Amino acid sequence: MSHFELRDFSYYTIAPFQLRLEAGETVSLSGPSGSGKTLLLRALCDLDPHRGEVLLEGVPCSETEPHLWRRRVGFLPAESSWWYDTVGEHFPLRNGLSLSELGFDAEVLSWDIHRLSAGEKQRLSLLRLLANRPRVLLLDEPTANLDAENRDRVEWLLTGWLKQQGCAVIWVTHDPAQRRRIAKRHYDIVAGRLQEVESL
Amino acid sequence: MSVIALSPVDLILAGVLVLLLSLLAFRLKLGMAGQILIAAARATVQLLLIGLVLKALFVHVALIWVILIALFMLLVAAREVLQRQQRPFTGWWGYGIGAGAMLAPSFALTALALTAMVGTQPWYEPQYAIPLLGMLLGNTMSGIAIGMDRFTQAIWQQRAIVESRLALGERWSEAVQSARRESARSGFIPIINAMSVAGLVVLPGMMTGQILAGSPPLEAVKYQLLIFFLIACSSGFGTIGAVWIASRRLFDERQRLRLDRLRAPRPNSH
Repeated sequence: MSHFELRDFSYYTIAPFQLRLEAGETVSLSGPSGSGKTLLLRALCDLDPHRGEVLLEGVPCSETEPHLWRRRVGFLPAESSWWYDTVGEHFPLRNGLSLSELGFDAEVLSWDIHRLSAGEKQRLSLLRLLANRPRVLLLDEPTANLDAENRDRVEWLLTGWLKQQGCAVIWVTHDPAQRRRIAKRHYDIVAGRLQEVESL
Repeated sequence: MSVIALSPVDLILAGVLVLLLSLLAFRLKLGMAGQILIAAARATVQLLLIGLVLKALFVHVALIWVILIALFMLLVAAREVLQRQQRPFTGWWGYGIGAGAMLAPSFALTALALTAMVGTQPWYEPQYAIPLLGMLLGNTMSGIAIGMDRFTQAIWQQRAIVESRLALGERWSEAVQSARRESARSGFIPIINAMSVAGLVVLPGMMTGQILAGSPPLEAVKYQLLIFFLIACSSGFGTIGAVWIASRRLFDERQRLRLDRLRAPRPNSH
């Protein structure tokens, strides 16, 4: 039994495909703008309709309560959203997560959301997602707004997290060097098809 | 005291004033000169017609006619709610949510008022039933139209936030909770404002009408209070019901946000 498995999975105009991820495995995903990478991640966390089957640890998405599925299959959008005034209000659960691992001290919880830079928002939104302790992570360009130092921090945090939690990851990125660092298997969406890339 | 009957000349005189207002709007290029005249003409025709219908109804009292008129009023009110939505629901839902949310509280409260409070004989006496229902429907319609419009607009604008909350594992009802509360609150504002300034800034329309028709002021006050309380409940229950049904309709069985269930905005919407 695979950790995360897609059977004859298709969405919008993307042709059906199979994909299996083992616990702790990361695959990278790339493709031209508008090819459907974000839509794939949205469909996998059941924010958009899809055809075929998605299974997490052998349990189909259709047999799991939607809100529980989305806690287990966590999606990080490219642009983070915030709806309360302060950072802390967005963290009802901390689950022992260390803010310092992403360069924050506890004071950040009292910060006004409007004070945050795009990069800070990106890193905090990742922590907010990890607080759910997801079993699968769907990351849509999680380091796009970050400088090299913070990009390395995020990669380091995620690598450690995956080892510790046995979490599978689909990571959308356009940076070939990053793809090589984070994953052993790589996929591209080209002309409506998901294709495995042999070498980068 | 008796009613001082108005002659057609009195009405024509008031109508000329509306004409002057329309001319001023035309000169100032407000773009509303035609609308003022059309609205005034509509009101004249509609009120004359309902006057004739009520005259006939008061003579031939029959439950079936009261029900038919009440249903006609409901359908027109539901259409008006639909017209006031910038992004109405597609299909019958656009019409049905407003109609359903108005039907339950306004009809139930009218029946309750007629049987338990006013105590008319028979209970559906058209002289009381139709004006009472009209006032409840009209005000409930405004609350529902404001509440639903505010809600669908808020969700449209906050789509990213709603979906982020869903993606973090919130239930659909949690993801729209604040938008739902704000929208329901906005639907309450007209009746709260009306009750707050009643007697201080304005004399409410129904009370004014009764006093002009010769009723003792304290009797008119009692009726006005009864109407205010009924309107507040009908409008409040209706708005909450409409916003709650609308919010459920915006999500499918997998709790996905379904903005495709809303129509594109009207080109000339406010």
